[in-house]
Amino acid sequence: MTQPRTFGPETLALHAGQSPDPAFGARAAPIYFTTSYVFPDADHAAALFNLERPGHVYTRISNPTNAMLEERIAALEGGIGAIAVASGQAALHLAITTLMGAGGHIVASHALYGGSHNLLAYTLPRFGITTTFVDPRNPDAWRAAVRPETRLFFGESLGNPGLDVLDIPAIAGIAHAHRVPLLVDATLVTPCLQRPLALGADLVLHSATKFLGGHGVAVGGLLVDGGRFDWEASGLFPTLTEPYDGFHGMDFAEESPVAAFLLRARREGLRDFGACLSPMNAFQILQGMETLPLRMRAHVANARAVAEHLAAHPLVAHVAWPGLASHPDHALAARLLPDGAGSVLSFELQGGRAAGRAFIEGLRVFSHLANVGDAKSLVIHPASTTHFRMSAQDLAAAGIGEGTVRLSVGLESVDDLIEDLNRGLYAASRVVQG
Amino acid sequence: MELSVNDTPAYVYTGGRPFDRRQAVVVLVHGAGHDHSVWNYQARQLAHHGFSVLAPDLPGHGRSQGAPLPTIEALADWIESLLDAAGVVHAALAGHSMGSLVALQAAAQAPARITKLILLGSVAPMPVAPPLLEAAARTRDSAHAMINQWSYTPASQLGASPVPGVSLTGLNLRLMERQRDGVLANDLAACNAYQGGLEAAGRIRVPCAMLCGERDQMTPRKAVKPLQEALANVPGGARMIVIKGAGHAMMAEAPDAVGDAMRGFLTTT
Repeated sequence: MTQPRTFGPETLALHAGQSPDPAFGARAAPIYFTTSYVFPDADHAAALFNLERPGHVYTRISNPTNAMLEERIAALEGGIGAIAVASGQAALHLAITTLMGAGGHIVASHALYGGSHNLLAYTLPRFGITTTFVDPRNPDAWRAAVRPETRLFFGESLGNPGLDVLDIPAIAGIAHAHRVPLLVDATLVTPCLQRPLALGADLVLHSATKFLGGHGVAVGGLLVDGGRFDWEASGLFPTLTEPYDGFHGMDFAEESPVAAFLLRARREGLRDFGACLSPMNAFQILQGMETLPLRMRAHVANARAVAEHLAAHPLVAHVAWPGLASHPDHALAARLLPDGAGSVLSFELQGGRAAGRAFIEGLRVFSHLANVGDAKSLVIHPASTTHFRMSAQDLAAAGIGEGTVRLSVGLESVDDLIEDLNRGLYAASRVVQG
Repeated sequence: MELSVNDTPAYVYTGGRPFDRRQAVVVLVHGAGHDHSVWNYQARQLAHHGFSVLAPDLPGHGRSQGAPLPTIEALADWIESLLDAAGVVHAALAGHSMGSLVALQAAAQAPARITKLILLGSVAPMPVAPPLLEAAARTRDSAHAMINQWSYTPASQLGASPVPGVSLTGLNLRLMERQRDGVLANDLAACNAYQGGLEAAGRIRVPCAMLCGERDQMTPRKAVKPLQEALANVPGGARMIVIKGAGHAMMAEAPDAVGDAMRGFLTTT
């Protein structure tokens, strides 16, 4: 009798969710570019709508190429399944609207991607869903923010902009003590560096636009269900545990105690909000994922070299990367991110806005744009771009200095990256020296 | 719906349709460490095509209360009590793996009540490998990993699934994790100890189908033969239906083929 073994991440990244095409034997993932699917007969059609049979009806709800992507990320994350959506923002929206309606409340880390912060702080309150933002490093703050109507905890594996490491086991414990799930945005780490579900999180989302794709050609999002949260025992989630008039009176937790969340998210969220992913984008993200483990190792190695180089430079006041011993979460990162703390980092340049601008303009290899997670190295100086209207005081309140620069370290030759940074630092030094 | 069976609350899934005892009744018995949800697609298909479905969570499993029952004979008695609680006189029985032994024993014990029998992933006797028995008793996670390894085909191990976006092995791990401590060990010990299968098979005189996954490693085709031969008094002999490409977890890996085979057998024989 052989001992059980599971496939490693390199194997899953290449194969999970995709068997050779049964029709023509194609080895690569076929792109099923179709809106809809022919029913063999009326009985079969009714059975699909009735969930008597699994299968595809309409690409807004499911598609074979998208399903390969969903099953691949589910396998890599150790989840029970996933839903592919149009963007990371759509994944966050789908998670929230599956769990709550007007009157619901979220406790979220204040160290979030700006787009997520916008959704929680400004847009969802218009629909009656409010959020309390807390310091992710302070467990008491999470506890204190809980209200009777709280339905979700939300944070990022690595926060923005200080790369705060979310203590997933601790925060999940607090969430579970209050009978609510923890959703983690793991975009910056990918399952190659961290599997939040294994650390206690209940749901994971990705902007697949970033490292999962890696090529910067396709926008997409993924929402993964860990299947461990007991919706019935919690008693706080009637969307999952009571009959839903909008779908045959189905009680999703009765149908599947484990997969109730995924059932509702697909049968209601994708159906009604419609933020589906194009099969072309799913295909492109799948191509990127094939090399994800290799790329993440190289990203981390380059990020470490860049972080150490910057930390030793006299013009750099401070580098925020949890892989460095100077980061306040270094010990936590060693525990929760043992294979590396990703390749997004920020640093504080002496000389303020003018130095920051000169630094950016002195670069040749880093691309100046508002994105992260590309195979190519990226850079942005918030004080002169995304946040240029803000005063120094307002920037400080957002955790951003006038000289803060964010890097997404790519896969170029590391010597070329360091030389490029030196070029930018030299340009900045001339501003500082006046 | 909830029924009181032997004065203990039992949960019974009815396939998304209200239970109606005036229709032909089919009881679906899940296997070791599982609950009713392993039958989702087959239960819904049958319930929407003229059958009334009773897919219980066995005692101590899923939503059903009480302690898990320690023997296949006790579980068979419980199925009879379930029929009584539901006010059902006659029913067809289908069971998967451990559930197939329960269905077989129940059909032998209550020949006047059971109209047809479907055995999925069934062998008799059903010895359980000692490492699995020990793991179930001491290190559940390791037992779950063994069951996943031997119940699913390589394609499923690699995440391919007939249900869009769902990992079959991930789903099964979590389902087994949800069962209370001791349930899996109890169930596997019950399978291992049951020696009455071939004798019970000889007493079956109603139509019987045996569904076997083409790639089943837990209850492989060649191992099914003694039980098939022991069903000597089944009119026309037990009908063997091989589910192409499926392993032991055939309801999950081939939901359409299994549902169609069950419905076809229940409708035409």
